[in-house]
Amino acid sequence: MADEFNLTPNQMDALREIGNVGAGNSATALSQIINRRIDMNVPKVALVPIESVPDLVGGPDTIVVGVFLRVYGKAPGNILFLLPQKSAFFLVDTLMGKTHGATDKLDFMDESALMEIGNILAGAYLNAFFTFTNISMLPSIPALAMDMAGAILNVVLVQLGQMGDTAMVIETEFLSEDDGINGHFFLVPDPGSLETIIKAVGVE
Amino acid sequence: MPELIRVGMADYKVGKSPATLISYGLGSCIGVSLYDPQLKVGGLLHIMLPDSTQARASDNPAKFADTGLPLMLADVLKLGAVKTRLVAKLAGGAQMFAFQNATDVMRVGSRNAEAVKKILQANGIKIIAEDTGGTYGRTVSIDLTNGSYKVKTIDKGEKEI
Repeated sequence: MADEFNLTPNQMDALREIGNVGAGNSATALSQIINRRIDMNVPKVALVPIESVPDLVGGPDTIVVGVFLRVYGKAPGNILFLLPQKSAFFLVDTLMGKTHGATDKLDFMDESALMEIGNILAGAYLNAFFTFTNISMLPSIPALAMDMAGAILNVVLVQLGQMGDTAMVIETEFLSEDDGINGHFFLVPDPGSLETIIKAVGVE
Repeated sequence: MPELIRVGMADYKVGKSPATLISYGLGSCIGVSLYDPQLKVGGLLHIMLPDSTQARASDNPAKFADTGLPLMLADVLKLGAVKTRLVAKLAGGAQMFAFQNATDVMRVGSRNAEAVKKILQANGIKIIAEDTGGTYGRTVSIDLTNGSYKVKTIDKGEKEI
């Protein structure tokens, strides 16, 4: 198991670039939908102990909205788009043309809108992923939950936990120009997929 | 202020009164506590998966019900607890995302709960309270002064089991 994750600095860079291009595409899509500039940070590519993944988004009891998509194809994995509760409400207000601050809980329509955003972001991300790696992948229909970050991340971590004690995450943070929205986009390849991805980019 | 001891994911802690053991943000994971009411010592274990034999080798036995529970039990006994007096409580085991064709991985919550109960029964430890299932996350804690096990959720607030 450990061997599989023994990546060279160049391979880490290649993964970071995948995150960069993928998230860049997603950020552009989001920016066009909500008509706001969206910035993103340099993607973090890290091999982290499974139990510390929730700390990446503010700790396991931080309340977040998570849109989860399973990714099918040659390099299967999971996509998780996490928004702090406040950001999710702000995004719903923006999408639904409501006054900012109007949303304080999510109804069916709000959830549906956020899932659609997850869908669009995942599609944009995977398109860029395909351009880069020539690996074609499709997302499942999205699922949404608003809950503690630890509980939501469980879904992804359990699958990795079966295979090892660490998670390879490619994480990008989005920020809107007025700081009303920030979100974390995670691509978490299944353990076996990493090798496929690395081979496809052909970096040693 | 009594000591608050944090138990991470795939981890366990043992302690004695007046400490409180707490674990944040459980989804499909299970928080299982053992408590000796007479000596007021106990432990809290946060497992992720039911069965270590179905997973690849891991450096962390606390991740699994079958390897984590015996470890915590041994440590609680080391603190002087008497096995026949021990009582267990458990919470968690949710299914956070409802997919129509849920795979085994999605149903891991209920498999976790079953595994924990089976192992407790095999060890002759009585389960006196349980709050498992559902589609929501939980933060769980056990107060070792009285064995009170609290379950906190974002929609329903805090309750004692």
